[in-house]
Amino acid sequence: MNKQLMKGNDAVVYGALLGGATHFFGYPITPASEIAHAAALHFTRTGRTFLQAENEENAINMIYGAASAGARVMSASSGPGISLMSEGISYMAGSELPCVLVDIQRAGPGLGNIWPEQSDYIMVAKGGAHGNYHNIVLAPNSAQEMCDLTYRAFELAERYRMPTFILADAYIGQMMEPVELPSEPKTTPRHDWAVYGDSESRGNLITSIMMNTDLLSEHNWKLLDKAHQVEKNELEFEELETHDAEVLLIAFGISSRISHTAVEILRSQGIKAGLLRPITLFPFPYQRIKELSEQVDFIAAVELNEGQMAEDIERAVAGKTQVLRYNWLGGIIPSTEEIVERITTDMGSK
Amino acid sequence: MVQYSKPRSFYDTFERKGEGQISTHYCPGCGHGNAHKLIAEAIDTLGIQDRVVFLSPVGCSVFAYYYFDTGNIQCAHGRAPSVGTGVRKTLDDAIVISYQGDGDLAGIGMASIVHAANRGENITVFFVNNAIYGMTGGQMAPTTLIDQKTQTTPLGRNLQRDGNPIGMCELMDSLETPVYIERVTFSSPAKIMKARKVVRKALQNQIDKKGFSFVEILSPCPVNWKMSPTDARRWVSESLEPIFPVKNFRDLDDVRGESAKLPLMEGNRLLDYLKPEKHISPEAPNETVVDQQVKIAGFGGQGVMSAGVLLSNCVIQKGLNTTWLPSYGPEMRGGTAYASVKVSTQPIGSPVVDFPNVLIAMNGPSLEAFEEKVPAGGLIMVNTSLISRKVQRKDVRTYYLPATELAKDVGLIATANIIVLSIYFLISEVVDLDTFRKVIPLSLKKKQLAEMNLQAVDKAEVYFSEHPLEQS
Ligand SMILES: Cc1ncc(C[n+]2csc(CCOP(=O)(O)OP(=O)(O)O)c2C)c(N)n1
Ligand code: SF4
Repeated sequence: MNKQLMKGNDAVVYGALLGGATHFFGYPITPASEIAHAAALHFTRTGRTFLQAENEENAINMIYGAASAGARVMSASSGPGISLMSEGISYMAGSELPCVLVDIQRAGPGLGNIWPEQSDYIMVAKGGAHGNYHNIVLAPNSAQEMCDLTYRAFELAERYRMPTFILADAYIGQMMEPVELPSEPKTTPRHDWAVYGDSESRGNLITSIMMNTDLLSEHNWKLLDKAHQVEKNELEFEELETHDAEVLLIAFGISSRISHTAVEILRSQGIKAGLLRPITLFPFPYQRIKELSEQVDFIAAVELNEGQMAEDIERAVAGKTQVLRYNWLGGIIPSTEEIVERITTDMGSK
Repeated sequence: MVQYSKPRSFYDTFERKGEGQISTHYCPGCGHGNAHKLIAEAIDTLGIQDRVVFLSPVGCSVFAYYYFDTGNIQCAHGRAPSVGTGVRKTLDDAIVISYQGDGDLAGIGMASIVHAANRGENITVFFVNNAIYGMTGGQMAPTTLIDQKTQTTPLGRNLQRDGNPIGMCELMDSLETPVYIERVTFSSPAKIMKARKVVRKALQNQIDKKGFSFVEILSPCPVNWKMSPTDARRWVSESLEPIFPVKNFRDLDDVRGESAKLPLMEGNRLLDYLKPEKHISPEAPNETVVDQQVKIAGFGGQGVMSAGVLLSNCVIQKGLNTTWLPSYGPEMRGGTAYASVKVSTQPIGSPVVDFPNVLIAMNGPSLEAFEEKVPAGGLIMVNTSLISRKVQRKDVRTYYLPATELAKDVGLIATANIIVLSIYFLISEVVDLDTFRKVIPLSLKKKQLAEMNLQAVDKAEVYFSEHPLEQS
């Protein structure tokens, strides 16, 4: 065991380098900037490419170019920057290009503030820009997972040729925790679809335009089929004390850390609470939530947004049990005690 | 029409357009076809077909990949220079060709082209200026002339409302980094022939790794100008050329090249580079440690953030779990900045410290802000150098110390955080001072200050022996 104390944002860069990333294109924004700072230092020092773009629209297009040329490439930003990247993300999805994008969520809408929210859930987990497409979305809740999930994200992105997101928030990015680095550094293989500027790849074309409606229809179905494969193969979640839970909390990212402590306190008070934490937001654990909905009295969807994930939970539950929305907005973080109190009150009114 | 034999860099038949197709999708008299041919011929002549990565824009030339038998990437509207940058940074030997219209390059993609040019990316840009948006049916472009009628300027482009046509070569020429800038015209077959060597030169520059080359082509769009091909060519020469002078703007001999990269580290070399330098073998955790929820608060510059990091680093050596969370952003600029640190033998859920069982208050506002939050039985440490009042709570333990003055005695006011942390360790027994002494030099960015920081630990130890915690 060889742990070092690290910010989540720094851990992303370590995970990326070990995951085989060779290129980083980005534009600064709080609370994601440390990722660009660490990438500028470590990508450059290790003989890789870091470039500060003039804006996020062009950063994502640099990523588009590098990915077309077969590189493992990434960027990191926060809501306003991800909004600007969205056209490019849609192009990457359409052209089936892999990349890793990190969204350290801040509070919105507009310029909002730099405190944590989880209000990019819909934008990121549902695609976010025009057209039919999906991103793979990973939601770390510790510095260790910031490293590990970023490390794994590059291979996932390449396996499905899909943009892959690390959806974190200001606290998960800013928090320091001990991190143990992955021990096996990865490298990028040559892809048969990429454009390398050589005779072997000369016939390759990266494009998302298909004027023929039948062709584009077929392409869309193919993208959807890939999304289904991802749903089948890549679902990940974690459970705490769910075996006999009568109250189920569902939360990801920083909310899941607070909910974790809330469950411990509730259990110490003799209340049978449990926590389900989606680690992947796309794919989403619909089936497991459905199963648990048969067992529990109610579900509390704990989120720093107006209930964006709760909509997916409601879909899974399909009326079997009540889904209560515990939401905080504007960068406000609930205390554990607040959550415990809400649960206790809501249990009383059942 | 000028006739050429078909260049090798074109496909024999345009299968991507449709089975067995041999004609392009361009309108009769359109300049795009000529531009394509000049580029394809140059690729042949220079023998670079395998190396070319051709970037097609959004515009009438979106389908350039129907024709060019090279690597092809279709780009978002206006972003080809950014895409080209990504390719350039990935493939050292590729020949990157960005082919763009005036809406694409000078409208939506203005930032992309200006910054790629300013970085001096070693790519070649062909800019087809037809003073109109062709693909979308004839709207105003940034290069549309004053009084020119388009779909969106039905009464003519108006200077006050729409601004002046933008001269992209002139704009490029205001940047220091491009090595080659030239404007050519397709107003006659003879002029097209003249453009040939400019196209070739712009590609040769890239082969020679000279840097950024920019060629603007004044090009007819008979359809959207609502003219015959002959009239359109005349309009290029009579109307466009006076506004957009055809000439060489720059042709430098410098070889700007790429910014040199450090050697690539992979495998064990990468692991070595990333491995912790702060490592001391962690001990087996002391299971008797009570959960610590520490808030260290003060004003910026008192080292409260780094005190928190030091605390976390020390407890890792003790095999304990820890989280560190900063206050950050505008909040750090006045009043109180604080670090929240949790320490536990168990995995830590929430890193947020709402109710600190240890409050280290380095200045007045910090005591004001957090005194009430400390649960009964908690510990409040007060820096009496800056806080004159006493803790009002009767149900907590308190420790008063003149941290700033003690630090001054050590000779470095910035060691006040080390002093309070040492005493906190002595009170809580979470970490022994020997461990602290080992961690300090490993954690400090300014290694030459390690000695003074270690003296601060000694100072604190002596102070605590003379002023033990009053048991209440
Ligand atoms: C983001 C976005 N906005 C608008 C469009 C629509 N659009 C397609 S081509 C074009 C203008 C192209 O004009 P130009 O670059 O001059 O090329 P030309 O067709 O004249 O060769 C526009 C506005 C688009 N594809 N994408
Ligand atoms: S619309 Fe204009 S630019 Fe487009 S193909 Fe026709 S003539 Fe060429």
